[in-house]
Amino acid sequence: MVTPNNQLPLFTPVSPVRQNAGSYAPKPYKQQFLFLYDGTFNGLLTTIFEIYERKAEPLRIEAAHKNQPFLFGQCLSVETNLDKAQRVMLGIEKKTSQGALHSLYKAFLAEQPGIEMIIYRWVKYAMASNMNIETNFTNDDVLRIKQINKQISREVHRMHAFVRFQRTADNIYFATVSPDFDVLPLLADHFERRYPDQQWVIYDTKRKKGIYFNMTETLDIELETTSVAMNSGTLDEEITHEEEQLFKLLWQNYFVATNITERKNMKLHIKHVPKRYWKYLSEKQPEINLNTAQTQHSLMGAQARYLNTKKAA
Amino acid sequence: MLRIQEKLQILADAAKYDVSCSSSGVKKSNGGKGLGNSDGMGICHSYTEDGRCVSLLKVLLTNHCIFDCAYCVSRKSNDIPRAAFTVNEVVELTINFYRRNYIEGLFLSSGIFKNADYTMERLVRIAKLLRTEHNFHGYIHLKTIPGASPELLLEAGLYADRLSVNIELPSEKSLQHLAPEKNYKEIFEPMNFLSTKLISSKEERKIFKKAPKFAAAGQSTQLIVGASPESDRQILKLAGGLYSEQRLKRVYYSGYIPVMSDTRLPSLTSLPPLLRENRMYQADWLMRFYGFAVDEIAPENVPFLDTELDPKMAYALRNPAMFPVEINTADYELILRVPGIGVKSAKMIVAARKHAFLTLENLKKMGVATNRAQYFITCKGVLASQMPNAKPEQIRQLVMSNHNKHQKKHTGQLSLF
Repeated sequence: MVTPNNQLPLFTPVSPVRQNAGSYAPKPYKQQFLFLYDGTFNGLLTTIFEIYERKAEPLRIEAAHKNQPFLFGQCLSVETNLDKAQRVMLGIEKKTSQGALHSLYKAFLAEQPGIEMIIYRWVKYAMASNMNIETNFTNDDVLRIKQINKQISREVHRMHAFVRFQRTADNIYFATVSPDFDVLPLLADHFERRYPDQQWVIYDTKRKKGIYFNMTETLDIELETTSVAMNSGTLDEEITHEEEQLFKLLWQNYFVATNITERKNMKLHIKHVPKRYWKYLSEKQPEINLNTAQTQHSLMGAQARYLNTKKAA
Repeated sequence: MLRIQEKLQILADAAKYDVSCSSSGVKKSNGGKGLGNSDGMGICHSYTEDGRCVSLLKVLLTNHCIFDCAYCVSRKSNDIPRAAFTVNEVVELTINFYRRNYIEGLFLSSGIFKNADYTMERLVRIAKLLRTEHNFHGYIHLKTIPGASPELLLEAGLYADRLSVNIELPSEKSLQHLAPEKNYKEIFEPMNFLSTKLISSKEERKIFKKAPKFAAAGQSTQLIVGASPESDRQILKLAGGLYSEQRLKRVYYSGYIPVMSDTRLPSLTSLPPLLRENRMYQADWLMRFYGFAVDEIAPENVPFLDTELDPKMAYALRNPAMFPVEINTADYELILRVPGIGVKSAKMIVAARKHAFLTLENLKKMGVATNRAQYFITCKGVLASQMPNAKPEQIRQLVMSNHNKHQKKHTGQLSLF
């Protein structure tokens, strides 16, 4: 059997093959690197700095804890350095608009596989160009950053909408969320501005971390408690404020009453409120049962207090 | 059931036919104190099962009413349970819902009891209490009661972000027919008064930054579609005038839902005209964001919108001479007229083409609905659909076979063969 000359070999070599050294000087062997960083945004920016510093083209950039075995080329571990990260930031700011750096940060938080290389190529392209490249949507990386930003902004907006606080007995407003992306760092600002006079906690059950606002600043927290039912986010009765049940019930009633049954359109409803968000939405949780004597009693109490204080007011 | 539950149920149920629930159009902070703010873009905290946004606590102060408007569920002659909130009940509900992040604020309307001023005065009192006693900076939308005195309207504007008076029926004749106690004069007088005041207040604030804000999110109104015989063109003409003359921020269209039997109205069994309502909103968007005039959307010889095609597509097929548009050179305004290209895509196109020539592939990736746009654009001179001789009628068929999500609704009875 004859194989045509122009047919490709079955295996394409993955690592670059050294050119035969003749009378000419050999082309330098371009080594490819896997960069490992600590998984933070500053770590990624430091990595980009190192790439430029060493003139070492990366094959992949990966968070150290997610690292897959790497067969060809060399592994380089980058130690996060704030000065180096800062210099990359300044470089980006010089070449692009004010919002660009933030949009890279947001894209980074989307936790998508391969995002590091997209951000690296974006920065490389921005640095090499004389124009601001942010709007060149014919470039795949630029378009991708724009699209991921749209996704993550939508998720942030959903969190602004779907966070449901429960008031605790010691007056902290507590909410659980499980967003698609790691948007917690992007939420603090909105809720700080909205509720400057109330203490609140937003806890991400998927990533097991939360933020707590103490009316002065927002702190990162972890939760060590069994008082929260993780499947519904509901607080245990003994740590819940006595009025909480009443307002949750009223909200559930309102949600039903404000609906126009003649216009029912579940497809549209689910499009706007996807099912994966339902478990922490109070209006989607089973209606508080008035039949149990205890609930009835505590609700009547709450109502009486509620109406009395109002009369006094 | 608790009494407060019962009240909320009755008064939310009676308020739900007011479709407005927007919380956008005003940006304000609380200066680090008090409760609430507004970011300008509005947030829908939930959606009802009918797919409408739940942004505000939308309730009536009371559904007792001395009027007998045929289209209204709270009309005097309707035998329904009645209730009334106390001022403090509304305030507490608003604050407690707001603190739990259920809502963006309050939308308060009311049936008319005693007289217009008496009712309006109570609405204003609630807004004032929220703002002054409770330091509440969330969104407040107050309904202006037709016939209320200018002094009360002025006070309302100091506390509310948005004011609205509903025209409901798109012609004076229909209003007189269905709501004999109301008239256009009583509706338009407060509206005109407010629009003058809104403009002058904006001017003042240009000169004196500290001048008090007056209903910063402006005015809106609602028109009922399908309760009276007006054409789409008539309704859009009215809306267009409201945008340009009265400077309204929003006109809402509410497909009429039969609430009680009345010989003057569509029967109780008739379905709400949801598709027509949807087309009205699309047309409204074309007026507000795409630079279309009413005469272009619904010209005299085509007084009703095409139910099978969106109004922008219908416009393009009526005006083949306007197209195709060259995507790499045409003005933004022209690109905006292409079916399948929205405001965001148009802006992306205009920004991206400074860097490189755009191909159909680029447009697809950028999110343009090329299945609709292809008949109306060229990329570097080549018609994207590659069908230079296609007649509007052909394009119509192609687009409809490609895009028939609404068709089912028209079929009705299945054919036997």
